[in-house]
Amino acid sequence: MTIRFNDETFRDDYSFRNSAEAIRRFPFPFDKDDYMYSVNMEPHGTGGRAGSVFEKRFDVDEHYVAEMRDRAITLAGDPLRCQSLPHMALAGWDLLELIMQCKAEDYPELFQLHRDGDRWHWINRPLGIEQRFTFLDPTTLPCGPLEYVTRQAQGDFAVLDQREGNLWMDAGMVTSQADWSLDFDIGMNFFEWHAPVPKAAELGIFQRALKFLLAVQQGAPSRRLNWTMTVNPRLDTSPENYHLWGPEKRTITPENVGARQYLRVELQSFWRLPRSNALAFPIRCYLIALEDLVTVPKWARRLHRVIRDLPDELAEYKGFAVNRQIITDYLAQFDDGKPTSQGIFADE
Amino acid sequence: MTSLMLRVAAAEPLTPLVKRFRFEHPQGAALPLFSGGAHVVVEMPDGEVLRRNAYSLISDPQDGSGYEIAVRREDGGRGGSRFMHGRVRAGDLLRVSLPLNLFALDLRARKHVLIAGGIGITPFVAQVRQLLRMQLPFELHYAARSRAEAAGLKLLPEAPHIHAHISEEGNRMDLGAILSGQPLGTHVYTCGPEGLIGAVAEAGARLGWPQTALHSEVFQAPPPGRPFAVVLARSGRTIAVGAHQSLLEALEAAGAEIDWSCRGGACGRCETRVLSCHGRIEHHDHWLSEDEQSAQTRIMPCVSRFRGETLIIDR
Repeated sequence: MTIRFNDETFRDDYSFRNSAEAIRRFPFPFDKDDYMYSVNMEPHGTGGRAGSVFEKRFDVDEHYVAEMRDRAITLAGDPLRCQSLPHMALAGWDLLELIMQCKAEDYPELFQLHRDGDRWHWINRPLGIEQRFTFLDPTTLPCGPLEYVTRQAQGDFAVLDQREGNLWMDAGMVTSQADWSLDFDIGMNFFEWHAPVPKAAELGIFQRALKFLLAVQQGAPSRRLNWTMTVNPRLDTSPENYHLWGPEKRTITPENVGARQYLRVELQSFWRLPRSNALAFPIRCYLIALEDLVTVPKWARRLHRVIRDLPDELAEYKGFAVNRQIITDYLAQFDDGKPTSQGIFADE
Repeated sequence: MTSLMLRVAAAEPLTPLVKRFRFEHPQGAALPLFSGGAHVVVEMPDGEVLRRNAYSLISDPQDGSGYEIAVRREDGGRGGSRFMHGRVRAGDLLRVSLPLNLFALDLRARKHVLIAGGIGITPFVAQVRQLLRMQLPFELHYAARSRAEAAGLKLLPEAPHIHAHISEEGNRMDLGAILSGQPLGTHVYTCGPEGLIGAVAEAGARLGWPQTALHSEVFQAPPPGRPFAVVLARSGRTIAVGAHQSLLEALEAAGAEIDWSCRGGACGRCETRVLSCHGRIEHHDHWLSEDEQSAQTRIMPCVSRFRGETLIIDR
């Protein structure tokens, strides 16, 4: 398998595009025609559905090189997007090992990892990186292990310490987030950083989700999909840069909604790390323009019904209430009222 | 529960009552690493019965060449440790779960104080290796009745901050002395009998320690009790739980699908809803809150039992 990496941007001229293949494998998040929060976990790992974004443990796609370039731009402007409290150093090494090992095993033509005891040799062909370093010796890398490896892995990464029967947001790399801030959340526990989410607490979602996450075992990672809507294919929709992207919400018209309104899907996975007992929480962002999404008839019908019937608080929280009517009207023309099939995948 | 079939590479006595077992991958593959304080669950096919006991790992967390555990023979127990001592030989294949840690070090601590009673030393053996490797300040206090019974002495390195308190030699552990005068930011970890854990909690409270700096792990096997019956709501079946069997084991023997992990009332995986209870649930777990326990609407089948007329559970 070869991947042709796109030369594209996630800001300014927004030259980001999905190929036909990227549209086909897009992780559409709705398995029913309506949506409410649930603890929708399923096992993650090797052996996911062939050709889907679940096939490999850390999916690498045509946007890889451009996404890493965009991350570097964001970090240059705001180094606090990557933080690690002092007790999380070991977890950073655990995460480095996990990502390097998975990438090298799942994409041997793109990545190689050679280990001779603690002396490691890492080759990243798409980014043109070759690094020899000593595992667990931070002086042998150009930056900390968490920053080093997540500058080479798509998606955001929260690294959660586990203690006192809770999870703590004590390290992370966050540059492609749906309007939350690592710098604000650092050091918070599971209930604190979820406090802004409407309705879910009353449903008991967080208690159940936390119990599940505390028990995630080594060798048995899990995943779920989450979603929101974003105007323009921007990865960095952060509170810090709201002044850059918030006003763009007001540019949506019935004429441009198909091209400029994106469904934003997060593939979240959960991994127990061996040496630190921390929990790694990768949050991988996938973007698709509505005009590309509606080329799959099942997705067009279903997304129309979900957006139309969503409780107001959720549209408000997810930040697209202002454009909801335009989106619903646009999608309605692709919904002929026919029933949709089970599951998230497009009909064969 | 993810598990591996491993070969017993060595089985050797440490003391008259404690045996060390080493497990390796049959093809020599590296085993997943772990953190100090983690345990594994060992499956023991004992005739008709499949026993599963949790044991702390005592080998180096950074060494994937094998897993080691130390098993104390409990002659009054339910049979798992007798099986390990009497039946398991080098070369045998046993199913072993991947490591799970419910007793991890708090790596924010400025200093770690480890307090062990008897076989409660086991989780600390791996933690000491982790602390030494990370060059973190710590001290360990290990209480045992006699030198001959103190298996931990053979598992721990010699170091000035590793203290053995042998009561037979008149060297009893003085918790007040250990806990007073520790630097701010110290965390204390206790593993051993309930009495020791209670005494550390009491001394800590008296000396003004924050509760979140006191950690403990009761090493608990399911306690035996009177036989009882339970109704499984989903199938309508009634199953019997024997005196030396846990409810979880009875459910497994009856073929009920049930998730589990620590089998000692700590991890919460096997939590089960109680639909009807005429009688009293004997809660032995450390998972449910006091309120949840007294409501009698939930039970942890791995350790808790029942006395009374009828118990209907959501299984």
